[in-house]
Amino acid sequence: MTNAIEASGLVKRFGKTTALDGVDLVARTGTVLGVLGPNGAGKTTAVRILATLLQPDGGQARVCGYDVVRQAHQVRESIGLTGQYASVDDGLSGINNLIMIGRLLGESRASARARAGELLERFGLTDAAQRAVKTYSGGMRRRLDLAASLVGHPRVLYLDEPTTGLDPRSRTDVWGMIRGLVADGVTVLLTTQYLDEADQLANDITVIDHGRVIAAGTPDQLKNATGGQVLEVSPADPAHRDRVFAVLAARTGATPATETETGMVRVPVADPVVLPVIIRDLDAAGVVLAEFSLRKASLDEVFFALTGTRAPDDPTQTRELERSAR
Amino acid sequence: MTTATLPAPARPRRLAPVTGLRNTFTLTWRSVLKIRTNMEDLVGLSLQPIMFLLLFTYVFGGAISGSTHAYLQLALPGLLVMTVVFATMGTGLMLNQDITGGVFDRFRSLPIARWAPLAGAVLGDMVRYLISVAVTLGFGMILGFRVSTGVLPALAATALLLTFALAMCWVSALIGMLVKSPQGVQMYGFLAMFPLVFGSNLLVPSGTMPGWLQAFVRVNPMTYLTSAERGLLTGGGVATPAIRALLWALGIFVVFAPLAVRAYRRRT
Repeated sequence: MTNAIEASGLVKRFGKTTALDGVDLVARTGTVLGVLGPNGAGKTTAVRILATLLQPDGGQARVCGYDVVRQAHQVRESIGLTGQYASVDDGLSGINNLIMIGRLLGESRASARARAGELLERFGLTDAAQRAVKTYSGGMRRRLDLAASLVGHPRVLYLDEPTTGLDPRSRTDVWGMIRGLVADGVTVLLTTQYLDEADQLANDITVIDHGRVIAAGTPDQLKNATGGQVLEVSPADPAHRDRVFAVLAARTGATPATETETGMVRVPVADPVVLPVIIRDLDAAGVVLAEFSLRKASLDEVFFALTGTRAPDDPTQTRELERSAR
Repeated sequence: MTTATLPAPARPRRLAPVTGLRNTFTLTWRSVLKIRTNMEDLVGLSLQPIMFLLLFTYVFGGAISGSTHAYLQLALPGLLVMTVVFATMGTGLMLNQDITGGVFDRFRSLPIARWAPLAGAVLGDMVRYLISVAVTLGFGMILGFRVSTGVLPALAATALLLTFALAMCWVSALIGMLVKSPQGVQMYGFLAMFPLVFGSNLLVPSGTMPGWLQAFVRVNPMTYLTSAERGLLTGGGVATPAIRALLWALGIFVVFAPLAVRAYRRRT
């Protein structure tokens, strides 16, 4: 099987609100699919459908070849779910959380306990095994959450904003664990509000906005498709910024952005052929350059170009939507 | 601890009923474990009955029955009923926390029986009810309450209380499913339980109440349950109130369990 997740035309409505309006998602087996999108874009709804927690109003989805509606049980046997809403039990100790899931999956007491110990060790939680989860730090909780979703050896793992609210060190830890899982052959669907996270981890990225897919491809493809490259120019004399602005605007046909702090002027460049012309024009205008660089657009700029917003996603919103629709 | 990877267990394609039962027992184990680790819950379960006993016995006793000892004989069966009924509110509260906290979403992403989390929570709560009955009866006896009937009737009294609680907890479960926050569960729970508990013969004889209230007391299931408990613990007629209390329990179960299950399916 080449695709672990195949969803086409997913539609989901909550009352009058259309959360998903025909979404296609494909995750190749053994890779990471990053799902990006601003507030209320529908990412969380899509994950909940793929995890059998919600039924779609239209379209279909298969996970590991099983239909998420008609073969929900087989899908549940194949997946692990981690994130903002699939949580661990605060009132139990770390090890009992994992033993409980092992027992629910039909393992014997002894093998559930062994698996729990193994996962706690792998996630650096052995010392905290007997403590109630409510005493855990945010990072420890997230690691236990990840461990809990791995008890059943899932082939597909959904990670819903796995590093939101974590300090940089814990984030890097979680990234390392995700890379390790992918190396073991697990397929990961990752939603995130951090573009660098998607850039770091994802093999493919799907950008969702207003319940529709507005872009899909590899990080490089997305960067090339929108704006391609970015030219950054800083004059040695900050007073010359207006002249730089005028030249860049005239030669690229786009509206440059100016950074007030550094005096840098930035503009997307579709065709590098204009660069020599720009340099000649700047020279003719009497501008001495401090910096002149051409680089690939960052995912952040791609995202901004596609959606016109930088707002992070709010996972609680979907649940509120679901609830208020009842 | 071993770091060797265990092979993934082979699981059946479809859920056999016995799998659902095993899931339920695992989740019952979870609920019972949570009682042990949740100190506030344990303190509430044991201190609340003690507080009720002390307050009602020594504040109301002399005024209602002439002596605190005589009142304790009258009120303790009623206090048992009150304690257990209030304890059923914990069921809705915990279900609500499990849903809003996302724990139930985790369960639903697992290949287990859909009804197991609900059944496990209810079964686990039976242990909580048993604790509150034991504390109330034990502390009541320390204060001077005497079971004048015998061990078997006392056991029957406990069984009757638990049976009734098993029905009442579905009312609580329904509230837990319908209300948004745990605080809301507490408020609506008290709104539903208080009139039932106090509009009865639970703490006082109903003779001095106005007629309309006596009419309510006469149909209130708490009245039958309390009368049956009095009969089983301190003597008197048992059969009629016990049968009526059981019929009420059956009625409550038949109405509220399906409603709660339906709300659970919609909510999760």
